[in-house]
Amino acid sequence: MDALKRYFRSPAAVVGLVLLLIVVAMAVSAGWIYPREPLALAGRPLIWPFSNPRFLLGTDNSGRDIAAQIFYGARISLLIGGVATAIAIAIGVLIGAFAGFYGGWVDNVLMRITEAFQTLPNFVLLLVLVAVFGSTLTTVTIAVGVVSWPAPARLTRAEFLSLRNREFVQAGRTLGMRDIQLILGEILPNALPPVIVYASVVMAVAILLESALAFLRLSDPNVASWGNLIGLGRDVLRVQWYVSAIPGIAILLTVLAVSLVGQGLNDALNPRLKAR
Amino acid sequence: MSELSGAILTLEGLSVRLPPGADRPHALSGVSLSIAANEILCVVGESGSGKSMMASTIMQLLPNGVNIDGGRVMFEGRDLAKASATEMRHVRGAGIAMIFQEPMTALNPLRTIGDQIGEMFSIHTDLSRAAIRAKVLALLEDVRIPDPKAAARAFPHELSGGQRQRAMIAMALALDPKVLIADEPTTALDVTTQAQILALIRDLQQRKKTAVLFITHDFGVVAEIADRVAVMQHGSIVEQGIAASVLNAPQHPYTRQLIAAVPPLTSPPPRSLSDDIILSIDDVSKTYRTGGFLGRGARVTRAVKNVSLKLPRGATLGIVGESGSGKSTLARCLVRLIDPDAGAIVLEGKDWAKMAREDVRRETRHIQMVFQDPFGSLNPRRKAAELVAQGPIVHGTPRAKALADAKELFALVGLDPSASDRFPHEFSGGQRQRIGLARALALRPEVLVADEAVSALDVSVQAQVLQLLAGLRQRLGLSIVFITHDLRVAAQICDLVAVMKDGEVVEQGLAGDVFGRPQHPYTRALLDSIPGGAFARQHEAPSLAR
Repeated sequence: MDALKRYFRSPAAVVGLVLLLIVVAMAVSAGWIYPREPLALAGRPLIWPFSNPRFLLGTDNSGRDIAAQIFYGARISLLIGGVATAIAIAIGVLIGAFAGFYGGWVDNVLMRITEAFQTLPNFVLLLVLVAVFGSTLTTVTIAVGVVSWPAPARLTRAEFLSLRNREFVQAGRTLGMRDIQLILGEILPNALPPVIVYASVVMAVAILLESALAFLRLSDPNVASWGNLIGLGRDVLRVQWYVSAIPGIAILLTVLAVSLVGQGLNDALNPRLKAR
Repeated sequence: MSELSGAILTLEGLSVRLPPGADRPHALSGVSLSIAANEILCVVGESGSGKSMMASTIMQLLPNGVNIDGGRVMFEGRDLAKASATEMRHVRGAGIAMIFQEPMTALNPLRTIGDQIGEMFSIHTDLSRAAIRAKVLALLEDVRIPDPKAAARAFPHELSGGQRQRAMIAMALALDPKVLIADEPTTALDVTTQAQILALIRDLQQRKKTAVLFITHDFGVVAEIADRVAVMQHGSIVEQGIAASVLNAPQHPYTRQLIAAVPPLTSPPPRSLSDDIILSIDDVSKTYRTGGFLGRGARVTRAVKNVSLKLPRGATLGIVGESGSGKSTLARCLVRLIDPDAGAIVLEGKDWAKMAREDVRRETRHIQMVFQDPFGSLNPRRKAAELVAQGPIVHGTPRAKALADAKELFALVGLDPSASDRFPHEFSGGQRQRIGLARALALRPEVLVADEAVSALDVSVQAQVLQLLAGLRQRLGLSIVFITHDLRVAAQICDLVAVMKDGEVVEQGLAGDVFGRPQHPYTRALLDSIPGGAFARQHEAPSLAR
């Protein structure tokens, strides 16, 4: 409850939350406001925004409604952001928890694997995965998740390292708890707040990764995503720049919203750090 | 209070306001006192009494959101409460210097001791570098650091705790300040080191005619060093006067209560001990090896060396020693948080030292541990009742029953059962330690290992928890292994005492014999180092429920 109160005390965090709720509202309402298939041809190509009341944000180079694609694109961005983050955090927490709790050779092996992933640039690894497994929505989402786990893993490991020797963990051990009870019941709840905060960073990066992939036309072309729209707009960038700019702004605001919420959560969950 | 002639630093009706939401509106309310040159004024009080806040107020180092809202701090004709930041920079270090409780955190770990002391001169004077170096060496000699030249080149982690505190004192006294504020400077030190540091402060103070404001929670230290005493409670001074009269004829009930809670050195009459040995420790050793490759260049620390002890059923065995003596390692071997290298630990006919992990987990209800840190030993995200019920739940008691039993245990350790659905941070230190005790007792152990279980508590709370332990020992037939660095505490509760030094037991026997007629020179040194020893001996043993 205190954390909630602290969260709403920060104007930036509230702005972020409002922006994020708007994006969620767009995703939810897309089906009612634009009942037609967003990728269907709707009118003349390349209508400028605000020039035709039927197409408030204009049409793209093949005559599809940009506003409809933005609304449906919100679904894709949130879906990829959410699911990929869940995958990355789940893998990261699991590996980090074991490495931090057991230390020794377990830690060595797991951290060498993590480093192997970290030395490769995320995006290159993502390109490889997509090239190998194809670019459907499912594979792209999983691939984004799989390339994002090393940082949460390191963070979780650091938390576990400092918590595992605390007296309350030793007390749990003297009470006869199993390792898994110590990890899940005693240490993890105390290690989670920074990881939750970091999840917002992972989510923002996941949304950007998908957009970058789509910009290179390597994302799923059969869904209306912001990145796909930017990729399409590339061909007409010099004259009809709005085709790329409008989804670009949508991505910018969404990533900003997620980051502000993350920062707000950080301040709310770690009040002592904020006070400095 | 009456204005003392020659007062150097005077606080007049000083009040400091805490931010809203703190446990009381004022950290200090109407504090008046004065210190003259060449005297030691001890400010004594329990944690939260505002004594450290007073030091920060004088130095104008108050945390954000905490502000002076009345009164004056007069130093050399100026009111420091109204001084600008620039003026205060000239006062700090040069006019008023300060030493802290934990020298390790007060020193910069990346710079040498000599550099850090020399900094005092380069900030406040325009001496040449050679002159500064000479001054630093002279100061280090003054504080009697062994091999001052080497100490000046050393980094903080290369010195022992006592040497670091000496270096801090050298730094504080570098510019011959008029006033030295010492905030619990010996609390983190071992008893023998503490005695040396107290003697050093006393000696330097007399040579340099410094006024010392000495903040402490320990009446033993007061008896050792103070000229005058001020007793603080809830941010006000309840009594002040000449040390001897406050100690021997306290006027205020709170002072009387504090002095009564000071553990006396005399142990109570011995109880008859059972012949039935419940826990026997035979030749237990533990060696730590760090670093090195294939055994080369490894650092080997023999933390526990061939220790053999016996605990009769229903008795309390005290293990006393200074930090690094191996007493905590031994305690952790007993509950198998650490695996001993050699030896046997026989409890109820089973050898704990050689038991497999899984068996230890199952048998752990026979021997339980109470930890030192009332803050760190409770999981902050679990409610008190859950914490206490955890053990029985792990061993198969249904959750609802375990939680109901937890409430009974709350009553047993003197806590309000209705408070059991609160989180640990809503309890005070003493109450938290009771929760830790209830958690250990929930498994109905025969043996309780208490590792410095009362060391982090204020004296009055310490006395209550000791009383509780003694009562529980009687009622539940507990046998206790009581680990402590504080001989006064050990004298009160232990039937048997073993003194440890560098991993070995140097002396053991009945508490009365060990404390009354110590045989080993180290035991004698320990006993002699107890601050205010004479004062502690005068004191009658309080009535621990026996």
